[in-house]
Amino acid sequence: MATYLEFIQQNEERDGVRFSWNVWPSSRLEATRMVVPLACLLTPLKERPDLPPVQYEPVLCSRPTCKAVLNPLCQVDYRAKLWACNFCFQRNQFPPAYAGISEVNQPAELMPQFSTIEYVIQRGAPSPLIFLYVVDTCLEEDDLQALKESLQMSLSLLPPDALVGLITFGRMVQVHELSCEGISKSYVFRGTKDLTAKQIQDMLGLTKPAMPMQPVRPAQPQERPSVSSRFLQPIHKIDMNLTDLLGELQRDPWPVPQGKRPLRSTGVALSIAVGLLEGTFPNTGARIMLFTGGPPTQGPGMVVGDELKVPIRSWHDIEKDNARFMKKATKHYEMLANRTAANGHCIDIYACALDQTGLLEMKCCPNLTGGYMVMGDSFNTSLFKQTFQRIFSKDFNGNFRMAFGATLEVKTSRELKVAGAIGPCVSLNVKGPCVSENELGVGGTSQWKICGLDPTTTLGIYFEVVNQHNAPIPQGGRGAIQVVTHYQHSSTQRRIRVTTVARNWADVQSQLKHIEAAFDQEAAAVLMARLGVFRTESEEGPDVLRWLDRQLIRLCQKFGQYNKEDPMSFRLSDSFSLYPQFMFHLRRSPFLQVFNNSPDESSYYRHHFARQDLTQSLIMIQPILYSYSFHGPPEPVLLDSSSILADRILLMDTFFQIVIYLGETIAQWRKAGYQDMPEYENFKHLLQAPLDDAQEILQARFPMPRYIHTEHGGSQARFLLSKVNPSQTHNNLYAWGQVSNCQEFEEGPGYFFKMLLLN
Amino acid sequence: MNVNQSAPPLPPFGQPQPIYPGYHQSSYGGQPGSTAAPTPYGAYNGPVPGYQQTPPPGVSRAPASSGAPPASTAQGPCGQTAYGQFGQGDVQNGPSSGVQMQRLPGSQPFASAPLAPVVSQPAVLQPYGPPPTSAQVTAQLAGMQISGAVAPAPPASGLGYGPPTSLASASGSFPNSGLYGSYPQGQAPPLGQGHPGAQPPQRSVPPQASSFTPPASGGPRMPSMTGPLLPGQSFGGPPVSQPNHVSSPPPQALPPGTQMTGPPGPPPPMHSSQQPGYQLQQNGSFGPARGPQSNYGSPYPGAATFGSQPGPPQPLPPKRLDPDAIPSPIQVIEDDRNNRGSEPFVTGVRGQVPPLVTTNFLVKDQGNASPRYIRCTSYNIPCTSDMAKQAQVPLAAVIKPLARLPPEEASPYVVDHGESGPLRCNRCKAYMCPFMQFVEGGRRFQCCFCSCINDVPPQYFQHLDHTGKRVDAYDRPELSLGSYEFLATVDYCKNNKFPIPPAFIFMIDVSYNAVRSGLVRLLCEELKSLLDFLPREGGAEESAIRVGFVTYNKVLHFYNVKSSLAQPQMMVVSDVGDMFVPLLDGFLVNVIESRAVITSLLDQIPEMFADTRETETVFAPVIQAGMEALKAAECAGKLFLFHTSLPIAEAPGKLKNRDDRKLINTDKEKTLFQPQSGAYQTLAKECVAQGCCVDLFLFPNQYVDVATLSVVPQLTGGSVYKYACFQVENDQERFLSDLRRDVQKVVGFDAVMRVRTSTGIRAVDFFGAFYMSNTTDVELAGLDGDKTVTVEFKHDDRLNEENGALLQCALLYTSCAGQRRLRIHNLALNCCTQLADLYRNCETDTLINYMAKFAYRGVLSSPVKTVRDTLITQCAQILACYRKNCASPSSAGQLILPECMKLLPVYLNCVLKSEVLQPGAEVTTDDRAYVRQLVTSMDVAETNVFFYPRLLPLTKSPIENTTEPPAVRASEERLSNGDIYLLENGLNLFLWVGASVQQGVVQSLFGVSSFSQITSGLSVLPVLDNLLSKKVRGLIDSLRAQRSRYMKLIVVKQEDKLEMLFKHFLVEDKSLSGGASYVDFLCHMHKEIRQLLS
Repeated sequence: MATYLEFIQQNEERDGVRFSWNVWPSSRLEATRMVVPLACLLTPLKERPDLPPVQYEPVLCSRPTCKAVLNPLCQVDYRAKLWACNFCFQRNQFPPAYAGISEVNQPAELMPQFSTIEYVIQRGAPSPLIFLYVVDTCLEEDDLQALKESLQMSLSLLPPDALVGLITFGRMVQVHELSCEGISKSYVFRGTKDLTAKQIQDMLGLTKPAMPMQPVRPAQPQERPSVSSRFLQPIHKIDMNLTDLLGELQRDPWPVPQGKRPLRSTGVALSIAVGLLEGTFPNTGARIMLFTGGPPTQGPGMVVGDELKVPIRSWHDIEKDNARFMKKATKHYEMLANRTAANGHCIDIYACALDQTGLLEMKCCPNLTGGYMVMGDSFNTSLFKQTFQRIFSKDFNGNFRMAFGATLEVKTSRELKVAGAIGPCVSLNVKGPCVSENELGVGGTSQWKICGLDPTTTLGIYFEVVNQHNAPIPQGGRGAIQVVTHYQHSSTQRRIRVTTVARNWADVQSQLKHIEAAFDQEAAAVLMARLGVFRTESEEGPDVLRWLDRQLIRLCQKFGQYNKEDPMSFRLSDSFSLYPQFMFHLRRSPFLQVFNNSPDESSYYRHHFARQDLTQSLIMIQPILYSYSFHGPPEPVLLDSSSILADRILLMDTFFQIVIYLGETIAQWRKAGYQDMPEYENFKHLLQAPLDDAQEILQARFPMPRYIHTEHGGSQARFLLSKVNPSQTHNNLYAWGQVSNCQEFEEGPGYFFKMLLLN
Repeated sequence: MNVNQSAPPLPPFGQPQPIYPGYHQSSYGGQPGSTAAPTPYGAYNGPVPGYQQTPPPGVSRAPASSGAPPASTAQGPCGQTAYGQFGQGDVQNGPSSGVQMQRLPGSQPFASAPLAPVVSQPAVLQPYGPPPTSAQVTAQLAGMQISGAVAPAPPASGLGYGPPTSLASASGSFPNSGLYGSYPQGQAPPLGQGHPGAQPPQRSVPPQASSFTPPASGGPRMPSMTGPLLPGQSFGGPPVSQPNHVSSPPPQALPPGTQMTGPPGPPPPMHSSQQPGYQLQQNGSFGPARGPQSNYGSPYPGAATFGSQPGPPQPLPPKRLDPDAIPSPIQVIEDDRNNRGSEPFVTGVRGQVPPLVTTNFLVKDQGNASPRYIRCTSYNIPCTSDMAKQAQVPLAAVIKPLARLPPEEASPYVVDHGESGPLRCNRCKAYMCPFMQFVEGGRRFQCCFCSCINDVPPQYFQHLDHTGKRVDAYDRPELSLGSYEFLATVDYCKNNKFPIPPAFIFMIDVSYNAVRSGLVRLLCEELKSLLDFLPREGGAEESAIRVGFVTYNKVLHFYNVKSSLAQPQMMVVSDVGDMFVPLLDGFLVNVIESRAVITSLLDQIPEMFADTRETETVFAPVIQAGMEALKAAECAGKLFLFHTSLPIAEAPGKLKNRDDRKLINTDKEKTLFQPQSGAYQTLAKECVAQGCCVDLFLFPNQYVDVATLSVVPQLTGGSVYKYACFQVENDQERFLSDLRRDVQKVVGFDAVMRVRTSTGIRAVDFFGAFYMSNTTDVELAGLDGDKTVTVEFKHDDRLNEENGALLQCALLYTSCAGQRRLRIHNLALNCCTQLADLYRNCETDTLINYMAKFAYRGVLSSPVKTVRDTLITQCAQILACYRKNCASPSSAGQLILPECMKLLPVYLNCVLKSEVLQPGAEVTTDDRAYVRQLVTSMDVAETNVFFYPRLLPLTKSPIENTTEPPAVRASEERLSNGDIYLLENGLNLFLWVGASVQQGVVQSLFGVSSFSQITSGLSVLPVLDNLLSKKVRGLIDSLRAQRSRYMKLIVVKQEDKLEMLFKHFLVEDKSLSGGASYVDFLCHMHKEIRQLLS
């Protein structure tokens, strides 16, 4: 077992891949009986400090339908200078540059440790990064001020040759021209009118007149930048201008009558931002960063009317089909998201408001383009400020941790087909021999586009074993998967990262043990969770839960050992032991439960769940709880109400929140001020320990979690109480009145399993 | 006589022909006919003959040209005296009486009193054409200038006073029946001048007259006329005919010579001349005249035929109608000036005809609105619609509610009735005015418009004195004055809220053309200083008006010039298809507060667009934007648009070039005046609703479709200025002066004008720059002191003489300080049961104003030819009605014009010849639309000079003479090549330099040594330190000061190519585009009248 754990970990570190099964069932039939599909969590740009990119281009298989990249798994005939594609078995000649290869002089891509390798493409002019700020001006004065400061600060973090642009909106939408001296210029659009990309470009003067005055002017490349330069300028040129411009930004001047919401034209503003980039820099890495402090209240994409007495839609309204703007707005943003994705740009949403801001409708913008979604209470909080700052963090090479316009292509050996992907991507609709007819997630294609990604962006990729039962795979045969990711590195280079992995086939009849042992329950839990969350988009909540339950039951039936009619006899092997617990917490998680969450919150949580890597995802599914006491070093404890003790300090990390909870006694001590007494310095240290640990988590986490410091009886303690498993009823706890609508919840995992098994 | 010539024309006329033949012969002979007339006169006035004797002067006349002058002088005295007397009396009365008299006893009447009253005018007339007018007519008739021979004669008279000359001769006669006699003389003179020999024929003319008469008037006369007069003096004869004219004073002068002497009656004629005036008796002449007139179609050939007929007797034909013998506008203007310029015009009496617009006079408001505010076509209205229909004289008032007054006259008092608001009649809502009758001891008042009895509110109560007048009548403007203002209460405001002070928005075209021509730079520079002179109210220290700025090409740029900004902000709106205002706060600002930002903006605009290559512009969205901005600011205001080109960019209101000269003279010509699309009307409607007035400054290099672009300015009470091919060097001064004046002038906003009338007549039609959403309220988004509304009235019931007819024009408007006010003008008119009273109280200038506007509107819906024909017909009907009902019986061959309307033919001819109704080859479609639009809101003074330009000789009078030189008639014949003339028509200003002007003059005026060195087309006179230069420049400046638009000077040298342009304005001549000469037209008119009478 240990070996499998190591193997899994090693693979993750090297290739950024976690498979649900590390030994693959060899036929379609058997694979389906395994319940958990063959799938992997892939982090395409996993940070690999030890992986220097090679400065040449990959060698491709010459079969037009294959085009797999030469990799360590290929058979190479060094004398004939031939290599055989391990996917289609095509024999290929090495290119002339490889004339000198031999067993002892191998190119990197043939070495086993380079199962993941990165190529830098030298062709083409490097295109600068583009940041387009889309700023809501219908904010409170404080918020606007804070936002302005954050934006100004961000200018200093951008690479000097990056292009920046600014669009502000309120009742109207203003596209600011940045290169003007003496007079600040902006193009203004009505916030109520949807415009086509062509109209927007016409109105911004971005289109070339049909008949230019000098018909023969080959200087096409020169002209293009000059056209767009009015709105998108290199930061080093207009740093001062833009800083001043941001400094002078005023709140939307149009009066807001009593009892009304300010008119906010988010839909049009986004549409213009998309149109602007579409016309000027298609297929160049660009980030549209939307900062909004409230819901869109007019024009296309409006989420709520401007009457304050009509509240924004809740889940209840949505269930009752009472959200009159939702469908239309969603459609608008979907259309925008798809266009943006097609252009290779991404959209971030930074929504800071106490009420909802329409993330439900707008979620597709970041979800489909790989942008970020950040939700906070105010722009004037460290949550926003630090999160925003972290976007511009740099890696050990001094490069931004962001990449753009990636295309991810999956190739499989013949026994496999790819069924789909779940993550911040859109389908490129490329049909090929390795595309399955069954779809899991976004399927029907072997290529996806991820317009914005960072080193932690993780996709779930689902496969289907297509090998027929009666066509056994020869002993020692391995299935291979190659993932080719083209992307624009933040240094503006185009790069290609190729990951090639292979796993053994095993016959279920004879080698079930192997397969069981190679089960990666963590990956499986996350992959199943992603499927479940993906289903919430199209199915009712209870249906999704039922589906999850059924899957769990089937899995237990398949791999559990028990005696009939005797629930107590149920046993699962170690490699499955944690899986049911994950499912239990998943069922209660905000990703599947909407109770007590607004539609915006649900969208927010689901957004992050669909893009974080395995570790973070697991934290989201089952929060981590550490206990600090005088009895020893901090220890992880069960996420259970029984872990709440008077003389302990608890640190809970739910990914979105970090809660430090002081037990009753500890709180009293602290109140009494013991920590300030020299003789109780150890108490001071105890108090400090969770703070330090939390700080560590905060440092690394994106987005910045909500940081809560509370104590026994504190109102904020609810964040903890709502997460722990209520193994002790509320009678013996104090009043936590959050009565769940699902009885199982209160009964704990033990009872939960029994119920499941009895079904 | 020309008759012969005329003969040809006859054909066209048809019927007349047969007659003519006879006429010709006789007439020609007769023309001398005047002689013919004489006979009749003779009959009437015993004296006549005697006069004729005087005519011997006539002989002198024969020499006419030379002899004439003195004669005139002679006449002067006579006439003057006579006039003087008349002057005292009512001018009008005189004439009318004269007319009547004529009818009855014929000669006697003339002699009798009536004449006397008339006299006053005559005095004036004498000098020049007094007789000319009437006399002229006759003369014309007699001698068609057509005949070459004749031509010379005219020149003689040509001095302008030619006619006078004849008069002069007549002068002797004047004293008596001068007028009448004179006429004949007039005729005679021409003849004589032409050729003595011819004269005889003239005599024969009389016969003509007779012959004419048959057709025209009574046969009897004919005989009589022919008989005596002819024999007398060929000329003398004519005079006789004049007697007929008697009614027409003008003739006086001419005839004076002969006839005057003869009949004592003449004096009366004088009167007649003034009012009923002229009777042009031209028998033959008319006929011929027509021939010649291109308009009329038949060319001389026809005339020839005539000639043939009359031929023998009419050796005269060679002669032509003497231009000096026909009514002269100059004469009339001068007379009025001399007679009425000295004393203030007191408005206390109902139905008084005010002095002419060309006369400087003061007005004292004693209960009726000053003629500066309202002028009527007639101050005596027929009591019944039947009469009105018969007379065909349009009843119209030309109202200029916010007219500027000379400094000596006080602007209307503002009355504040407190919260209750102005006192009004409960039924018809008329405002309290001096005509309201207080009854029951002052507790009630009877409305003078609808007769409703209303209670007097307690706070307004006042006792009555023994005459039934309130004792406080003279303390209250609304009870004692014709014009005053009320402060409006909140009930009179839009949305029941007191208005916010208005705003000005400057919207500047910054496309390639505008930038290249230097316009943008010039304008921005000018605005910097101009903004200090926004209109202020009363003694306010600073203007309440806020300003905003927009520039545009095919997109719009709004500017935020909020005072707190360090630099202006530009906001571009490209969505021209769906215009909106991108900002609220900071767009409209107080000039003083935002001075620094505005200056910075105006400095930067020219720089920003210096390199623009954008040539396309939009137009409707610009107006839309301005209107939306005002709407957002909830105020009224004015947009100043500076625009260069046809708006072809893709946007609402996009236009295409549809200029097509081929349409001229087709049924589709009207489309050139119609807007291309209805979008602009819709837009204008929205503007009016918002109180958004649009002033448009156009700087086109080519066709811009003024007809369409001016729709909004037109309907919102704005102005259009057009500077074709604008170049800073040449047009800067004109543009800047216009701009300054336009920005500074006081404007009323968001105005509604309502004209109420007493029972019996009703305002039915309105002309001007405004919008009407119903049939009674004239809505004006903006109204300034130059804008005029012409209102036509129709009967809907009987009027009675006792009560007269009342007009009340109420204008509700927002002042430029944002105060809501009501301005009230009241005017009482007389009513008459006798047509003669109507004809005696008419004002030709106003009539022309109405007719021009009527015609200019007509071209929108009818072919231009139809419009012209309508005008001619109406004019003929008016004159025929007079002839039939008011003039004394006379030969049908005589043209008899009412004194008040003796200039009607010449002015009408000018209207017919204007660009709009008869375009020349060089007149663009835009020019026509522009002029059409301009005339629509012109007042009487403007139309007067516009249609009949002023031609001032500069070197005739001594240099030391500082007064404005007397004008001469607008005809090439009046120009002498040794002199320099100024010509102005309110829009253009020419300095014409004769080829043989003295070198010294050239030197002192132009600073060059010879004529050939003068730059043709020069637009500025060098500033030279000598008397002549100073005087001329001073004169030019004073002319400009009199006009609402800056007139650019163009120096034209004789025989230069620019002269063609100049000649276009010599409206008495035949125009290149086919317009008839005065003489020809008069003949044509005469013929029309005769047709109507027969």
